[in-house]
Amino acid sequence: MIGYGLSDDQKMYQKTARDFARDVIRPASEHHDKTGEYPWEILTKAWELGLLNTMVPAEYGGLGLGALEACILSEEMAWGCTGIGTAMEANQLATAPLIMFGTDEQKKKYLGMLVDSLKDDGTPHMAAYCVTEPGAGSDVQGVKTRAIKDGDVYRISGQKMWITNGAKASWYFVLAYTDQDAGYRGLTGFIVDADSPGIEVGRKEINLGQKASDTRSISFDNVEVPAENVLGGKEGGGWAQAMGAFDKSRPIVASAAVGLARAAFEHARAYSLERTTFGKPIAHHQAVSFMLADMAMNIQAARHLVWESAWLHDQGERNTKQAAFAKAFAADMAVKVASDAVQVYGGYGYSTEYPVEKLYRDAKIFQIYEGTSQIQRVIISREILREA
Amino acid sequence: MKILTTVKRVTDPDMKVKIKPDQTGVVTDGVEYKMNSFDEYGVEEAIKLKEAHGGEIVVVSVGPSAATKEIRTAMAMGADRGILVETDEDLDSDAVARVLAEVIRRESPDIVVMGKQAVDSDRNQTGQILASYLDYPQATFAYSLEVADGWATVGREVDGGTATKRVKLPAIITADLRLNEPRYASLPGIMKAKRKPLETLTPSDLGVDTANKVNVLLFEAPEEREAGEIVEDIDTLIDRLKNKAKVL
Repeated sequence: MIGYGLSDDQKMYQKTARDFARDVIRPASEHHDKTGEYPWEILTKAWELGLLNTMVPAEYGGLGLGALEACILSEEMAWGCTGIGTAMEANQLATAPLIMFGTDEQKKKYLGMLVDSLKDDGTPHMAAYCVTEPGAGSDVQGVKTRAIKDGDVYRISGQKMWITNGAKASWYFVLAYTDQDAGYRGLTGFIVDADSPGIEVGRKEINLGQKASDTRSISFDNVEVPAENVLGGKEGGGWAQAMGAFDKSRPIVASAAVGLARAAFEHARAYSLERTTFGKPIAHHQAVSFMLADMAMNIQAARHLVWESAWLHDQGERNTKQAAFAKAFAADMAVKVASDAVQVYGGYGYSTEYPVEKLYRDAKIFQIYEGTSQIQRVIISREILREA
Repeated sequence: MKILTTVKRVTDPDMKVKIKPDQTGVVTDGVEYKMNSFDEYGVEEAIKLKEAHGGEIVVVSVGPSAATKEIRTAMAMGADRGILVETDEDLDSDAVARVLAEVIRRESPDIVVMGKQAVDSDRNQTGQILASYLDYPQATFAYSLEVADGWATVGREVDGGTATKRVKLPAIITADLRLNEPRYASLPGIMKAKRKPLETLTPSDLGVDTANKVNVLLFEAPEEREAGEIVEDIDTLIDRLKNKAKVL
């Protein structure tokens, strides 16, 4: 049985998120894009409304919402600003391996920390997912970070790169080799307190888009981590944990691409009804109206792929193929829609005085982070050929 | 203190309204619904009263079963329990006031805070009619509200400025948009709202005849306005105002 309606609860979550994005995120979006200032104030308000860490299970003090609800919320946040939205959603990515694979004690301590209370300075605890390195992004098995067992502790050394919330997180999920010779079976996932001695956080990276988001390199120099912080207590389980987390988080990232595209489409549609050329609003030139039709169609198609992949995950079913469908399609779609929105605006679209050039800059990352568009196709082709 | 507030399920005012081809109403297919925005001010004020004086907030809606969502939204904001008087009919303000009067007689709240008007029908009548049926004092278009010793001091928005009025409780207060800033329904609040009690009644349970006194004959779209003109300078503007619009 297929049903496409949201439940009353989901509609209420959506409304809160939509109002919050409209009233709080969007008005602040330009400021954070221009200054690159981290949106602590917005994150604090979002935390108070329960918009952060929505998937933390109820037994650890969270709301225990599903991936589908997370997607509904993330589309709205991203409609407001994907830079601010990414700072929020990075917690969902960092917590995903814990929720799926952590021990009871680990969940109590580290998931509880995020939802229980604010920090002494009144801001929420953030978390970060540390897998990518300067020399290894898509090729996760190419990471060089090592964790050497030393009695009751592990000592981690290595460098991570482009870590969202890198300087703002209270703890990290870190992937490192405990046994280099064992291939992917030698990778282990750790939970690392951000204030551990030996951690050095780099300067804020200045990126093309999503400037509100904090992205940094993090170096680990002989960082001591207690053995009880091996995720799930399972040495050698890191690969499955890091990859498994994507089944939960990829639909959320894809839904953010949908939110960005929706914003671009709405701007383009409104402008096309105002701006006249050759005696009529440009929306009534068929070349432009067809662009708008394609935008609307592809946004809706992406949203359905996102919802299906999230729904499957919430049913406890494997969604690797569908999550890759959603992520690849939504990312490519968002880049195209944002580019076309700039096109509809013409010369104004290229100007920073108008809202669409930011969306164009912000959109590109969706084809890169959380698995590039190429890696998604690797995953999809592997899945469909296995089904043959 | 027992506070009663009301919520109406209305079509989303941000959406474009279209008239049905048979002119019996507006098109509702594919239309989003939400809580009437003035009712959000009423609910918020009810919560503030409870925060200041303690007590209980009862939220009431007269409408279709789907209006459960608007009641739950008010509960997610902070109302304690709900009453839905279920009807699929499109009631006029007088019928709604007759229904609400019966609910209020049963509940006997200390104060009723409601929106000044619904953004769909725009009538701005229910609160006033309700006050007359109950023989309660009323203070409409409230921008401020203070309650002490069984009296409410209400700052009111009136033409040309503001006016202050004191009414003895119980009274009907209708909220204007400057009264407060409605809070968001938090996600934990939305989850908790599911467990709050919600009673469903029908007008006949309350013994109320809901026959409308006002019958709408037909709906028509407003006359389309002629396309405007963007003028080059002030002189052309004055010329157009004098010779075309003939207002100067």
